[in-house]
Amino acid sequence: MTRFDIIDHTADAGIVAYGNDLREAFANAAYGMFSLVAELNGIGEGSCHEVNVEATDQEALLVAWLNELLYLFDVERVIFHRFDIIELENNRLQAKAYGEKIDKSRHLLKTEVKAATYHSLKIEKENGFRIQVILDM
Amino acid sequence: MPAGKKGKLIKIDDYRWAIPKTYKQGMRVPGLIFADEKMLAHIEEEQALEQVANVAFLPGIVGYSLAMPDIHWGYGFPIGGVAATQVRDGVISPGGVGFDINCGVRLLRTNLTVDEVKPRIEELISDLFTNIPSGLGSEGKIKLTSKQLDKLMLKGAAWAVESGYGEPEDLEYTEERGCLQGADPAKVSVKAKNRGMPQPGTLGSGNHFLEIQVVEEIYNLEIAHAFGVEVKEQILLLIHTGSRGLGHQVCDDYLKTMGAAVKKYGIELPDRQLACAPIKSPEGQAYLAAMACAANYAWANRQCITHWARESFSRVLSKKRSSLGMGLIYDVAHNIAKIEKHYIEGKNLTVCVHRKGATRAFPPKHPDLPRAYRKAGQPVLIPGDMGRYSYIAVGTDRAMEETFGSTCHGAGRLQSRSAAKRSIRGADIADELTAKGITFQVASIASLAEEASAVYKDVAEVVHITEAAGISPRVAKTRPIGVIKG
Repeated sequence: MTRFDIIDHTADAGIVAYGNDLREAFANAAYGMFSLVAELNGIGEGSCHEVNVEATDQEALLVAWLNELLYLFDVERVIFHRFDIIELENNRLQAKAYGEKIDKSRHLLKTEVKAATYHSLKIEKENGFRIQVILDM
Repeated sequence: MPAGKKGKLIKIDDYRWAIPKTYKQGMRVPGLIFADEKMLAHIEEEQALEQVANVAFLPGIVGYSLAMPDIHWGYGFPIGGVAATQVRDGVISPGGVGFDINCGVRLLRTNLTVDEVKPRIEELISDLFTNIPSGLGSEGKIKLTSKQLDKLMLKGAAWAVESGYGEPEDLEYTEERGCLQGADPAKVSVKAKNRGMPQPGTLGSGNHFLEIQVVEEIYNLEIAHAFGVEVKEQILLLIHTGSRGLGHQVCDDYLKTMGAAVKKYGIELPDRQLACAPIKSPEGQAYLAAMACAANYAWANRQCITHWARESFSRVLSKKRSSLGMGLIYDVAHNIAKIEKHYIEGKNLTVCVHRKGATRAFPPKHPDLPRAYRKAGQPVLIPGDMGRYSYIAVGTDRAMEETFGSTCHGAGRLQSRSAAKRSIRGADIADELTAKGITFQVASIASLAEEASAVYKDVAEVVHITEAAGISPRVAKTRPIGVIKG
């Protein structure tokens, strides 16, 4: 099963992520986002961060989840590539994100993702879940 | 094409197109797009027109929901969008500023000509690249404590000058003297501060860059001279960056606040990213205070980079700072909201002008301009893409009357990043730049394709429209000979 697709948006980029359940789709959206930030093959799992976010609804929760990971990338300097979503309710998410501290001698960094936006945000249930988010690049 | 492909546009003249209020129920004012027919054909292919119409829903919006010719599909607001809302009963929308608060450009002059610089260009670019932290995940040279950061956010560019990065005169030639009033660090979250502490004086990534340029053409000698642009072949230096992670976090934080405010104040919007609150509400005031902090951070950021750029020129060319003549021509914000006074439909109004990918373009005699530019008008800095050229233009009375003193900010994208990556390889762009005689250093060769000429509109066409429409005529044109990019 395809984990995610990158969709065209003139200034930015969009991600459509898929999952058998919502947790898998949220994890795949995060993976898709970090695939824009860095080459993820060969990144280790030495760093683990616990992520707790809350929001008013499920769509806002998706934005909050992705932006929390971008915050951790900026401050902790970790490239994440594995996401274990422990709990996902309508307005609360608890997860563990695994990755490795940036090492410019070994890691290929690509583009900066500034933030996940609320524009054209979609969470759809069809043969599992399909979620869409536009990123500001 | 008098009524546009979908019948929603009304042609006013060759460069002005209106979207009537009837286009979408809920629009409070019409839309007005500055474009020619050729550009319009592209604009209509994407959602940018829809976004111009959506902005017209904002409570308190006056005049028109405007779009400059570099308009393209954004999120919430289009890029190239301008909207003024009345302070009395209007709203402020963080999406109308964007994540990179006070992303902007500053241009420095020099006493150097291309003949003096070209033989040392490789060394110069390499020194700049080492001296100015750039690229994704790079650490800055300045690390601040939380208290120091608060000072920086209160003072903006003046903080940098007081800390030894630059000269007091630089402030005179920076929009708002590099410090937006009303900044309150208490309105900036701990997370935003955590992102801001290690990043002052960093170029960042994406479309941010520093460029060594050569004056290729001067269209208006008198105004060019007023700006310190003297002759063809003169070397200039352009810096394009913003408020980095701190600005992104402020925007994200306040989009959440505004999401709740929309419900609290019963505001109906067609796009969640347009979330807003009345300017006079606690939420609106808090955002303005936090946005000012981020805007000041960006001015301090560009100020530090200016200092290091002067250092590199001085070192590589073995010249004293004083003989280089590297004074600031101007520094403009192109993602910002400002409280300004405008004469609209026969009334003097205090409005909040949102400029999302748009540049302020104040006319001659405006009191906010540096004394030396009162006769000429405000310099407008319009960078093109890496491989082509950029423009210096000037603000006009017509811009003041029609666009709340605003104009375009750049070339505007044509192609998405992913489409660019499918059709263009970073390595090919590298060859192309080399063939054009442009020396460059980039932190990521992969990201080069995303910023290639082919993915942007030709900035010459954009500037032709703003000139023909009378809002910002060209003063000079420059071409790059050296680039550093994140």
